[in-house]
Amino acid sequence: MIDFEHVGKTYGGWQAIEDLSLSIAEGEFCVLIGPSGSGKTTTLKMINRLIEHDSGRILFAGAEIRSFKPEELRRRMGYAIQSIGLFPHWTVEENIGTVPSLLKWPKAKIRDRVTELLELLNLDPAQYRDRYPHHLSGGQQQRIGVARALAADPDVLLMDEPFGALDPVTRDTLQLEMLRIHKASGKTIVLVTHDIDEAIRLGSRIVILDGGRIVQSGSPRDILARPANDFVSDFVGREDIGIKLLSIETVSSRVRRDGSASGEPIAATATLRNALSTLVARGVDSLPVADSDGSPLGAIHLADLVGPHP
Amino acid sequence: MQPLLASDTDVAPERGYLRNRVLLVLVLIALAGGFGLSFLTHAPNRLISGRPVAWSAILADGRFLCLLPGLALLIGPFLRQIRTNHILIALIGAAFAALLFWLAGDAASRLADPASTSARTSFGGAFWVIEAITALAIADALQRAGFGPATRIGISLILVVPIALVLVSGSADQLSIMKEYATRRDVFGAAVVTHIQIVAMTLVPTLLIGVPLGILAFRRPSLRGPLFAVLNIIQTIPSIALFGLLIAPLAGLVATFPVLSQFGISGIGVAPAVIALTLYSLLPIVRNTSAGLEQVPGAVIDAASGMGLTPSQIFRSVEIPLALPVFLAGLRVTIVQAVGLTAVAALIGAGGLGAIIFQGLGSSALDLVLLGVVPLIALAVIVDASLKLVISILKGRAA
Repeated sequence: MIDFEHVGKTYGGWQAIEDLSLSIAEGEFCVLIGPSGSGKTTTLKMINRLIEHDSGRILFAGAEIRSFKPEELRRRMGYAIQSIGLFPHWTVEENIGTVPSLLKWPKAKIRDRVTELLELLNLDPAQYRDRYPHHLSGGQQQRIGVARALAADPDVLLMDEPFGALDPVTRDTLQLEMLRIHKASGKTIVLVTHDIDEAIRLGSRIVILDGGRIVQSGSPRDILARPANDFVSDFVGREDIGIKLLSIETVSSRVRRDGSASGEPIAATATLRNALSTLVARGVDSLPVADSDGSPLGAIHLADLVGPHP
Repeated sequence: MQPLLASDTDVAPERGYLRNRVLLVLVLIALAGGFGLSFLTHAPNRLISGRPVAWSAILADGRFLCLLPGLALLIGPFLRQIRTNHILIALIGAAFAALLFWLAGDAASRLADPASTSARTSFGGAFWVIEAITALAIADALQRAGFGPATRIGISLILVVPIALVLVSGSADQLSIMKEYATRRDVFGAAVVTHIQIVAMTLVPTLLIGVPLGILAFRRPSLRGPLFAVLNIIQTIPSIALFGLLIAPLAGLVATFPVLSQFGISGIGVAPAVIALTLYSLLPIVRNTSAGLEQVPGAVIDAASGMGLTPSQIFRSVEIPLALPVFLAGLRVTIVQAVGLTAVAALIGAGGLGAIIFQGLGSSALDLVLLGVVPLIALAVIVDASLKLVISILKGRAA
């Protein structure tokens, strides 16, 4: 869907991006991560030409992005940023309808789309449609920001630290909603973050950048289990790697179908990290596992957590 | 909607019996003014300074009842601070202001001598002090009532009605200021029209030059320093000097190109007035246009361009509407300033209310000066209030 071929970008002699090649497949949830100044935001903004690359080629759906008019290119890509940037003088409905209006959709179609998106992001359309952004909490504003980015059903969703300014609880909820939206829509998403836990949780692929170069690119499991070098293992949190590995696998993958244990059951959809935490908190070495509808599925033992990670 | 003035919410709950210190201070000043100064002065003609008219003459035959609303205001500081009481204070204040005006007119009619039309009955210090204090008390009450600016302006309009009724009824016709008006009815009307025309004529070049300059200053930060330096220097030139400075070049211009005089351009009159007023008006317009655009959040622009709005769409539908409240605040300053400076422009023959004021000053006729000053103030207040209203409506929507 998006291909970088030997892309470079310099700012007055400073090499921000150097010989960057990256291929993002359709439907991938690609997370760009790295320390400040690593070039992750520059990389993201080069995709919709908010920043123009100096050398190499960037292809969108097989065509060099310079062959599109910048505005047309951007209208095919949703864009959400940390500071959200809702238009303060427009209602929620007008904000979400920005790109559809630019694309001259009929009014009724825009209205239906706004209703659909507000419901998708768990906001009551009747209650929120006509509000102005300053009447909304930070979390609600970012929901509108995401809805606005999705409005014209873009091929690609670009997100620049969208949940960075939110409190942990709201961030957690919105991350889950992003996963749900990604699963349901199958959209290609490129997300920039500096939070490794967010990257592990959301990404189907994590691209680690440092000094304008890609240091490692791969699935969360690849990165955690086989960090390419010391920088990566430091960055993903050397001591916590085991815990993070537990967080990308669910209880259902390790449940003993024939096992049994006493106590309050844990959900099969919980992560192994949750399971470990529960085991330690209860001071036991096994937990019963239940299905999403509560029917018993088996048990999980402390030893099961340590087994080989694929 | 949020209260616009901090004092709306910052008024501390007063303890004990005294609940509104501001009103108490106002009432005490009014009392002192009432006892210490004369309410009206009377003179056989306008060249002689008047003698005070005794309160006993003004309040004869039960007219003292007109002071009852004043007594009611005395209780005001001790009333509970609730909206009903604030509205009550405002209404009583408006009635009191109108009754005082009627008292003055009534006293003037009784003092009038049918044989001598040159007799003059003028307002004294006490009248001005009490009327001004009453106006302040009304403003204080309306603010405490916690209404939005739109409602406040609406109520103020209703409160002006009693005074207008006194004016229309003719009860005030024997007052000196009204006599000056009666003898200059046509001149007065023409002066008001000319005054407004000059202000309007100033606004056209001010906006045509000022708005593009403001946008330029916003887009090219390097230009800002020199541009504002020049505009600041212009602002520091005293108005009378600038009017004077323009006489010679304009007269020279007309002498070289006589055709210009057909368009009403000359060394004195409206042309130099409009040029000078435009120069003064540029600073607030340019500064606020630029400042308004600067305070549009960068994230909003970033999001807008990231979603595919073209630069001109961003300017039209994001930057202009978000800069508008700050721009209008500049326009408000500009117009109020222009209304005031136009009065000075009468000195170079531009006409307007200033002409009446300077005529009064020249002939030591204080009431003639007032005939120019009162509508001048009214004009400034009306402009100020209406633009404030527009700004508050815009802000109510956006922020």
